[in-house]
Amino acid sequence: MLKFRIERAPSPVWMRPLLPLLAVLITFVVTSVFILLANANPLTAYYYYLTSPFTNRVSMIEILVKATPLILTGASVTIAFASGYWNIGAEGQLYAGALAAAWIGTVVGGWHPVLAILAMLLGGFLAGMVWASIPALLKVKLAVDEVVTTLLLNSVIVFIISALLNGPWRDPVSGWPQSPTIADSAVFPKLIPRSRLHLGFVVAVVMVLLIWFILSKTPLGLRMRASGLGQEAARFMGVNIQRTMLIAALLSGGIAGLAGVGEVAGIHFHLIDALSNGLGYTGIIAATLGGLNPFGAGVAAIFLGLLDTGAQSVSRSLGVPIFLGNVVQSTLLLVTLGVFMLQNYRIRRV
Amino acid sequence: MFAVEMRGIVKRFGDLVANDHINFELKQGEVHALLGENGAGKTTLMRILYGLYHADEGSIFVNGQQVSITSPKDAIALGIGMVSQHFTLVPPLTVAENVVLGYNPGIRLNPQQIQRRVAEAAERFGIEVKSDALVRHLSVGERQRVEILKALYRNARVLIMDEPTAVLVPQEVDILFETLLRLQREGLSVVFISHKLNEVMTICDRITVLRNGKNVGTVFKQDVSQSKLAQMMVGRETFGVTRQGERIQGEPVLRIENVSAVDNKGLPALKSVSLEVASGEILGIAGVSGNGQSELTHVLSGTMKPTSGKILVDGQDITGADPATITCAGVGRIPEDRHGGVVGELTVAENMTLETLDEYTQNGMLDRKRMLEYTNTLIEEFQIKARPTDRARTLSGGNMQKLILARTLARQPKVVLAAQPTRGLDVGATEYVRKKLLEQRERGAAVLLISEDLDEIMALSDRIAVIYEGKIVGILDAHEATPEKLGLLMTGAREVVSHA
Repeated sequence: MLKFRIERAPSPVWMRPLLPLLAVLITFVVTSVFILLANANPLTAYYYYLTSPFTNRVSMIEILVKATPLILTGASVTIAFASGYWNIGAEGQLYAGALAAAWIGTVVGGWHPVLAILAMLLGGFLAGMVWASIPALLKVKLAVDEVVTTLLLNSVIVFIISALLNGPWRDPVSGWPQSPTIADSAVFPKLIPRSRLHLGFVVAVVMVLLIWFILSKTPLGLRMRASGLGQEAARFMGVNIQRTMLIAALLSGGIAGLAGVGEVAGIHFHLIDALSNGLGYTGIIAATLGGLNPFGAGVAAIFLGLLDTGAQSVSRSLGVPIFLGNVVQSTLLLVTLGVFMLQNYRIRRV
Repeated sequence: MFAVEMRGIVKRFGDLVANDHINFELKQGEVHALLGENGAGKTTLMRILYGLYHADEGSIFVNGQQVSITSPKDAIALGIGMVSQHFTLVPPLTVAENVVLGYNPGIRLNPQQIQRRVAEAAERFGIEVKSDALVRHLSVGERQRVEILKALYRNARVLIMDEPTAVLVPQEVDILFETLLRLQREGLSVVFISHKLNEVMTICDRITVLRNGKNVGTVFKQDVSQSKLAQMMVGRETFGVTRQGERIQGEPVLRIENVSAVDNKGLPALKSVSLEVASGEILGIAGVSGNGQSELTHVLSGTMKPTSGKILVDGQDITGADPATITCAGVGRIPEDRHGGVVGELTVAENMTLETLDEYTQNGMLDRKRMLEYTNTLIEEFQIKARPTDRARTLSGGNMQKLILARTLARQPKVVLAAQPTRGLDVGATEYVRKKLLEQRERGAAVLLISEDLDEIMALSDRIAVIYEGKIVGILDAHEATPEKLGLLMTGAREVVSHA
């Protein structure tokens, strides 16, 4: 009989690029159970997930529309995780940015669009930073675990927004729990006519380039990576861990805030409490799937955008619930984390 | 017939061949030394015998029968016991509970009964230890005796001792040897893993020397001398890096005044430590591990804040300063744990320059070219076997230590703080590190050497301070320090008036 044993040893280098693919494959196998329960053929379903978005122009562009906030939250999570700061709060920081954008959008009525949009971006970035600064300062000043605080603050800001939208900020025109519509000058211009692809996609690409530049070209980035990869050794070598983490946390919050700006100024044009529905958390999937590499996270975000777009057509054509798409994404996160653990082990025959 | 016979054992870890067709024979009732440098493959071979590792090739015979040992459970059933360097005891439990743990038939535990049985066993084997004492109250030597008792209680006829004296003070070593010799007379076979020649010559009947994973030879004690054994171990004459010449009376550069600190549990670890290190001298800090050396290193490195006292370098107060400030003040630090001094996933060049990154920054960007050039220079100067773009974790222990030495010493620090600088290194690398430390002394640096290797302390230091329970209990001049005197101080036997 063959016996196998797991040993703690780095897996061969050639396996590394295959790991994300392996994760996708395992995810498909695992989630096929749910698709069967929804009375659909898993193979057909995956075929639709992966190919239907490419069958027409609208849904092809829609992949990028869905990917835009994910590229930003993915970049946000990447810079935080790469620095050893476990920011689970991109969701809340996105809402903070959206809140700022929704407010600024209503007061820039008479401004030149360039100024108005710059004000939106700046305001959203700052708001994300401010919201991120609470757990970041607790972490660096009092060593409060950031995983807990960033996660819990996500609910806090959703409730704050909910309270605002149901109370003082309720749209007087429609009466719905949503903020007043933003001024025309604050609306992000479309990149492609007759589509939903907006300026936010460009902002997202610029942010990916920015964090790549910071992480690999600047002394700050080297210090960030050092504190992420070996905090004790980095501290020994004179890296100011507290300062480095604080900067990473604030940048991370700001970039997540931009995702919120994009959703308000490019998609919804007002603030609603279901604005994100987990874009911040999906950013964690993108960052992890991308191996904490800015470009990797970007590619992963686009792949997740594809799954999102595909989920809609799967739902339409096969009659399965649309949230199966979320199940696939969440399973993908768990499997990815598991597969990355594999990196440090080898399976050997006894 | 041999108690244990291992034939053609091969064990590979990736590209490294830890055991290369090793044959090993253990006779009934002998104390057999497994001698070799760190990394020679001694522990690996014995871990295979104890079922902790699995050999890639080769076979094992116990009492003439070929056996397959896939876990320590199999080994114990065959009468093989192992006492490793790191004890596997549960401190809050009693000695008796520790001894029967995992070896108690049934699910009910009868405390009185097991205590009586363990006490009887201790009596029978002549091992002095109280069966009802809590392990956390025991000294290191006593804990080791509990480990031995644990193995004997499981009917071990073969006992593997992995570097048993590394954690003991000289007086405890004597007790251990008496115990082992008595057990040997009663028919126990002992494998004694060590890299210390004098111990091996004291206690063993036969000696098997391993070098680079190969068996270099098995000899009877009476047929060899220490220097012959050393030659077998390293393949050349023993290393003779020692301090030459009297110390030049320099000015005190590093002054430590009444420094106290607590460990990470909040318990006092350093109690009003005062030391002065002059330029051009090596001050050695001797002591059994865990007596405050770690905390002293951390406090001086800037990775831990003292609770009181003052630290001055050339008159500059660096008390509680961060590592960057301390480096700037002219302190070169060699950490006690190499892996705590380099980030394994970063490259050699990045690790080499991280401390002084501002010098490699141009227009806000990293100057990779200068980083590589500088690293290449140091790689050549310090004979590091690595490329600047290799990840630091791929370096061997010796090369990693050279990386740290190069980074630290290239800046010509006024004070060199070397904590356990040769721990786990082979003879070649050890010799190299010691030579470099002596060079620093010649250059006029003030060197503080914190080491648990007494031979190293005695070979290099101009003065030797002994630390015990967080206090400096004596400072001796090198020429008046003997292993016996130091050993007494290290156990806190009495305080010796300083003559230095």
